[in-house]
Amino acid sequence: MMDFLSFYLIPGIVLGSIYALGAIGVSLTFGILRFANFAHGEIMTLGAYVTLTLIQLTGWHPVVLLPAAMVVVSIVTLGVDRYFYKPFRTSPVIIVVIASFGMMLMIRSVTQFVWGVQLQAFVPGVQRPLIFFEALRISPRHMIIVGCALVLMAVEHWLLTYTMIGKAMRAMSDSPELARLTGINTEMVIKATWIVGASAATAAGVFLAYDSHVDTMMGFQILLPVFAATILGGIGRPYGAMAGGLVIGLAEELSAYPWIGSEPLLSPGYKAGVAFAIMVAMLIWRPSGLFRGRVF
Amino acid sequence: MAVLELDAVSGGYGETEILHNVSMTVEAGEIVVIIGPNGAGKSTAMKSVFGLLNLTAGRLLLDGDDITGTGPEKVVRLGVCYVPQTENIFPNLTVHENLEMGAYLRNDDYSGRLDEMYALFPPLAAKRRQPAGTLSGGQRQMVAMGKALMLEPKILLLDEPTAGLSPKFRGEIFRVVRDINKAGTPILMVEQNAKQALSIADRGYVLVDGKNRIDDTGKKLLANKEVAEMFLGGGKKTKS
Repeated sequence: MMDFLSFYLIPGIVLGSIYALGAIGVSLTFGILRFANFAHGEIMTLGAYVTLTLIQLTGWHPVVLLPAAMVVVSIVTLGVDRYFYKPFRTSPVIIVVIASFGMMLMIRSVTQFVWGVQLQAFVPGVQRPLIFFEALRISPRHMIIVGCALVLMAVEHWLLTYTMIGKAMRAMSDSPELARLTGINTEMVIKATWIVGASAATAAGVFLAYDSHVDTMMGFQILLPVFAATILGGIGRPYGAMAGGLVIGLAEELSAYPWIGSEPLLSPGYKAGVAFAIMVAMLIWRPSGLFRGRVF
Repeated sequence: MAVLELDAVSGGYGETEILHNVSMTVEAGEIVVIIGPNGAGKSTAMKSVFGLLNLTAGRLLLDGDDITGTGPEKVVRLGVCYVPQTENIFPNLTVHENLEMGAYLRNDDYSGRLDEMYALFPPLAAKRRQPAGTLSGGQRQMVAMGKALMLEPKILLLDEPTAGLSPKFRGEIFRVVRDINKAGTPILMVEQNAKQALSIADRGYVLVDGKNRIDDTGKKLLANKEVAEMFLGGGKKTKS
């Protein structure tokens, strides 16, 4: 029982929180700019590398440096939008999706050029887990990650529910045309969307790196589960994305638990397949997602 | 001086010309109705004001100022609010949030205006925390109008506000339109339910094939034989 909690449930929640943070950005971009942003994984990677550099410069804790990294990545993302996506604003969706694929390759190449391709770590060495009730092992890192993710999701909720710009984001996600006719400054809303999405993605990248290591493929490797979480939650539904992230993270980890006999139900090598299977099943049977998002 | 004037406007979407030399005016305090058969360009005429059309000729005047070729974002700022026929509310936002979005361009305190809207549309007051998409058709229309009125526009454009509503709600919407007008907002409205619309209108325009056919006061249009034959059920089953 304690093994189940320590080695499956808690890592599942940690992974789920990271996916949820990634999925928030994908879901918002899809809702407001109406395209699946393939470059979102690289935004996470970039967030992790920017934080790595800040750690090397200051020696501070990654969580302390997270806000600074969010600002840097948001500025980069706004620049990319201004000079790369904005000219495509009225183009067909498929063109923007392919463009984002190109952006993904470009950001990754720049990252590899600047920081190199070898694995790096935020904090060298192994951290000893804290032991509760004699057998429940929780790493302090995991507690920090889940705690910070919950705080960020609460901030996101506050933003979307109580601020004018957050409400305008939801309005534009409902109907961009009506938002324009209502006098909502749609370019301002788009900027806010990139800032919120990039900040959440930076957090996802930093937490993922904090839990393991930094490498140039890390964001791309979790892009599939993040897309799966977005679809599971319902496209354009940020709350759904949070829930979807948790479900996918838990499903991936729990699929390796020895539910029957002593062997893992699925070999851990198939984790990504679990997310993929959930995504395909959702697209077949309930494409609007758990929270009734948009169907295209 | 007219609040709004379409001066010999021609135009359409892309290459197709739908409006040919259409002229109409709305004076302060008026309700003006545009009627006409399907495809006559009624909604198109209204959209031309909002900069949603390619104009090939003519001018648009708001309070005497030329606003020809101004985009929708700017026309709103100038005080023209437009309620489209469909997709005129944000379904996932609450009633209250929809009204707040209507006031997006206002930087002053608009809480008084919010109260006025709930007084004007009493059914909305009880449902202010409910997502607007869960409301009935008539109430959605009220949200749409309330949202547009938050800016205290110089003129309100309504595109078929009673389309798809039951007769009971239709009557209610026409009453509300008259109330909004009495409170001082001129209204230009496209309507299919010509009889009811003309009975509350000061003046009406009949468009056919994208051209002005007849324009007269609401009362005279109701009594006009040609109009009666075309829209008011002369020989056909009466709709309203």
